[in-house]
Order: sequence, then structure tokens, then C-alpha cells
Amino acid sequence: MINSVLTIDFGSTYTKVVAVNLDNGEVIGTSQAGTTVEDNIMIGLDKALKELYRLTGKIKFNRKLACSSAAGGLRMVAVGFVKELTSEAANRAALGAGARVVDVFSYGLDDQELEEIVDIDPDIILLAGGTDGGNKAILIHNAEKLSQSPLKSPIILAGNKKAAKQASDILRDRDKEVIVTENVMPQFNELNVGPARKAIREIFMRRIVLAKGLDKAHSFVDNILMPTPMAILSAAELLAKGTEDEEGMGELLVVDVGGATIDVHSVAEGNPTGNSVFKGLPEPYLKRTVEGDLGIRYNSLNILDRVGEKGILDKAGLSPDHSSDLKSYLERATKMTNTLPADGLEAKFDLGMSLAAVKIATERHAGTIEMLYTPDGPVNIQVGKDLTEVKTVIGTGGIFAFGTYGDMILKGVLYDSQEPFCLKPKAPKLYLDRRYILFTVGLLSEFFPDQSLKIAKRYIIERNL
Amino acid sequence: MGKKKLITGILLDIHNLGLRVLEAVLTNAGFDVIYIGARLFQEDFIRAAQETDADAILVSSSNGHAGIDAEGMREKCQEAGLENILMYIGGNLVISQQCRDWSEIEDVFKNMGFNRVYPTSVKPQDIVNDLKKDLEVVSD
Repeated sequence: MINSVLTIDFGSTYTKVVAVNLDNGEVIGTSQAGTTVEDNIMIGLDKALKELYRLTGKIKFNRKLACSSAAGGLRMVAVGFVKELTSEAANRAALGAGARVVDVFSYGLDDQELEEIVDIDPDIILLAGGTDGGNKAILIHNAEKLSQSPLKSPIILAGNKKAAKQASDILRDRDKEVIVTENVMPQFNELNVGPARKAIREIFMRRIVLAKGLDKAHSFVDNILMPTPMAILSAAELLAKGTEDEEGMGELLVVDVGGATIDVHSVAEGNPTGNSVFKGLPEPYLKRTVEGDLGIRYNSLNILDRVGEKGILDKAGLSPDHSSDLKSYLERATKMTNTLPADGLEAKFDLGMSLAAVKIATERHAGTIEMLYTPDGPVNIQVGKDLTEVKTVIGTGGIFAFGTYGDMILKGVLYDSQEPFCLKPKAPKLYLDRRYILFTVGLLSEFFPDQSLKIAKRYIIERNL
Repeated sequence: MGKKKLITGILLDIHNLGLRVLEAVLTNAGFDVIYIGARLFQEDFIRAAQETDADAILVSSSNGHAGIDAEGMREKCQEAGLENILMYIGGNLVISQQCRDWSEIEDVFKNMGFNRVYPTSVKPQDIVNDLKKDLEVVSD
């Protein structure tokens, strides 16, 4: 009997299944069906499995591992002190845990902001503020405010350790669930997001899975291990770093193009490569950004507004004569988010729109250089990561797995000499996740990192452009 | 009571050798020195002071243009809720400093809201003594 593993992604639109043979590192088969979290998550999964077995025959799996972004994903709110410091550190911790950060709050919460948080009703609140031994008042104030609310969200306290006990006591006295962890910024400008990420993941596995109706899958899968974006980030980390026995690919960028969002992940130090001075909060080695306004179905019209018809048609290599067809297609895509292009023209519309969206998403993720004129002369100030020397870029998502123009869309990540202040990769090799298995790599990396890496290298294909 | 916390850094320029020497002297004198770097803007000092609950901000400037670079910093501290934070500035603050009347230069920066103003010739121990005196006063 082969050593086989089933990996499942309960996505927001589709439930995807990938069966792998760990002995020989082959993907046995893949399939997908619409996600059915509202009635019973198993309905969608059973359909996907039925289709899988039709292709592969019945398989007895040794392990079944799952990730999820169903039912809105992991929705979080981050609260810190100074916007550019602990608020931003908390935001990065939450993003790095695969969350959808609905809002970030800074300084002392007031009644209106508290109402906003109550309206959001997040799955988890990440509460930070003050370096260790620094400002205590803000953490205590915000704990007081949150304790007075009707919120049932668990609160991860990741702020000034000298105020943590008092803040957690305030919250627990009002029956709030509190998990205290290390400060996301223990010293000035020193990021420490790992412990908060771990705490977020533990709550996800323990509580959120139940709350999202995913508990019905528990009897079938061994574990719903993590939010899907965290699986992608784990895969990116494995591919970059490698294992003891298998070499990694070095620093890299992953662009995950979805219907609702575009997520960009970089595994890179991002240190200045030219003559520049770094400013601002250091960015994490594993960095994830989420562009909730650039998903290529839900936000088609938003992308059109931003880039314009000519912008999309130019990128698709089409004449302005196609403007009204473009608009109709994008309107349809926004309303019916599982729209697939019906012909070559619509495939080109997807190309133009996706290329524009990938370009913007990468620009937002990458660092920038700004020239500052000082009495000593001009000085280059770098904010964010310098990704110009990153040598590997991977595209994942339906548009790359099933679309016609994945190669061209991925070129949106490249450095543009017309916009030299944006530190995007200059000369990377481009790879496509043609089998849509990056989440599988991330899930397998938990238990089988060597096999997982081999599978990734086998199926994530370099494109010679 | 813990150590008094000092935010130190270079405002806009990069000449940080003197400040790093001062940092060692201040640390030995029992202060918790948080050096935040060079090529800084006023906001960088203020944000660091907020987050760390610092007792004082020490600004170093050596490009001769501190009269412009440091203007408005006290007001920004007030906006940030740091109305009473101790602020020192020192270095080569104006062009041709050695040829000018130091008391006039000192007045300019004190009128901006800096509590103490130092030329490049200041002895580090004098700064230590001033800090110990001023912070005891402030903490009352």
C-alpha cells in the first residue's frame, strides 16, 4: 500500500483536494468543488472527493490534512499604540498568521472605535502597545475599554510585559478570554511576531474551526491545521530555506492571485542593496500583504476604475474597440465570481486585468526608495524591503493553474525602470504553480518537510520567458 | 524605580561618532539609552519616546542646519502628549558656530523649547550631571 496523504483546502469559493504519494513524491490527483460551509462542509468535500476518485480510483489515505479560508477566513482586528510602531507590528503579526486584518487601531480606543470593533465582531483581537518597560497606560486603557464591550472575541495580549498582568486581569474580571504572549515589539524597532503568530494559530485550531462550521469535517480529517494563507506562507518559507537534506531556492516572492484578494508573500531580508539608508519599522523576513481590493473577480470593477479601460486593454494587447466587451465581462465577473472566460477574447481580458492587479499588489508589497535632499547632499531613504535581488518568483492561484496567460501575468512583479523607486525584483526566474498545490506543500511541511520540498520542486515549474 | 530612559539619535545628518561615545558614558552613568539611529526626522524621536515611555529626548545635529531641522519639535511633542518631556540638543548646530556668540545660539534653541543646548566642546560628564539634576526635578 502506498504512503498517501490527502490535503484539503476549504477555500472561500472552492474546496480543493490534492492526493500525494509520499513514497515517490508524485501528485496522484487533484479535484475541486464548491465550498458548502453554510449547510454542511462535508457536502462540498464529498463532491470533490467523488471527482478525485473518479480520476484516480479509491485511495486509502494514511493522513488527511486541511487548511481553511472558508466563511470569511480568519478575521482579526489589531490594536496598538503608535501607528507606525506597535500598531504596525501587531498588523504584521496578524497578517503573518494568515489572518484577514479587518482594521487596525492606534492610540487609546475611544467609544466610537470600540463600537466599530463590536460591529466588526472579529474572530480574534490582537492587543499590543508599549515596548517592554515602556508605556503601560495605553495597554491598560485599551484593556479597560475592551472589557466594557459585549465582544466575545478571544484577545491575544502582546504588549508591554510590565502592563500585561494588569491588563489581562482587567479583561478576565469581565469574563473575556485572554491569551498573554510576548510583545510584538519588545524593544524599540525590534519586531517579534513569532509568538503572536503561534498564539493566533492555536486559537484558530481550537476555536475558530468550530465557529466556522468546519467542525463537521473533524471526523474525516486528522486536523484542520491552519488558515490557508498560513499554508501558503509555510510553503514559501520551506521553498526558500530548504531542509537539512534538501536545498532551498533562496529568497523568493510568491504571488497568490485569487478572486477576492491578491496575497503577496516575500521570504527575504530585504536589506538595502544600493547606497541607501533604511528607515522605519523593520519588516519581517516572512512578510505577507493582502490586497483586498484587487481580487480578480470580486474586485474586477475596482481594478477597472483604478487602471482604466485603456490600461487593461493595453496590457492585454487589445485595441480600444473592445472597451464595451471588456466592461460587460468585468461586470459579469464581479456578480458571478466563479466566471471563467468563454473564449480567447475573455481570456485576454483576464490577462490585462490580472497583470494590472499583480503589478499594483507587488508595488504595495515591495519597499520604496525616496530621495531626501539634505545639507550634505541627496540621500536615498529606503522604506520597506529591497526585493531587487530576489531571484525566484512563484505565481499561484487559479489564473496560473488553469489560465492561458500565466507567464505574462507573472511579469507584473518585475522591476520597472519607469518607476525606479519601487524595489521590485529585477531579474528573477519565474515559476508557476501549475497544479495549484502550494497549499499542499505548506500542509505537508508540518510533518514531511523533505518530501514536501521535493514535491514542490517537481511541480512548481520554471517558465523560460 | 527603574533607570531613566533616554532617546538619542542624529537629526537628519549622519555624524554619529560623538553621540555613540556619549551613549557609552550615559549608560555607564546608569541611564537606559535607546539609540534610534541617524538620518532621523523629528517624528522618529517622538514616536520612540511615546512607545518606550522615555524620560528625555537627546537630539544630536552636526550639519549646521538644526535651526531649521529642529523647529517645531516641542510643539509636536505637545501634540503627542509629551508636553513635559525633557529635550536636549547638541552638536554643530549652526554654520560657523565657533565664530558666533554661543549665548545667542543657545537662546534660539531654548526659545524653540529645548531645555538645554550644548556645543561640540561639551564634556559628556556635564551632560550626565545636567540630566541627573533635571530628571530629579521633573520626577518631582
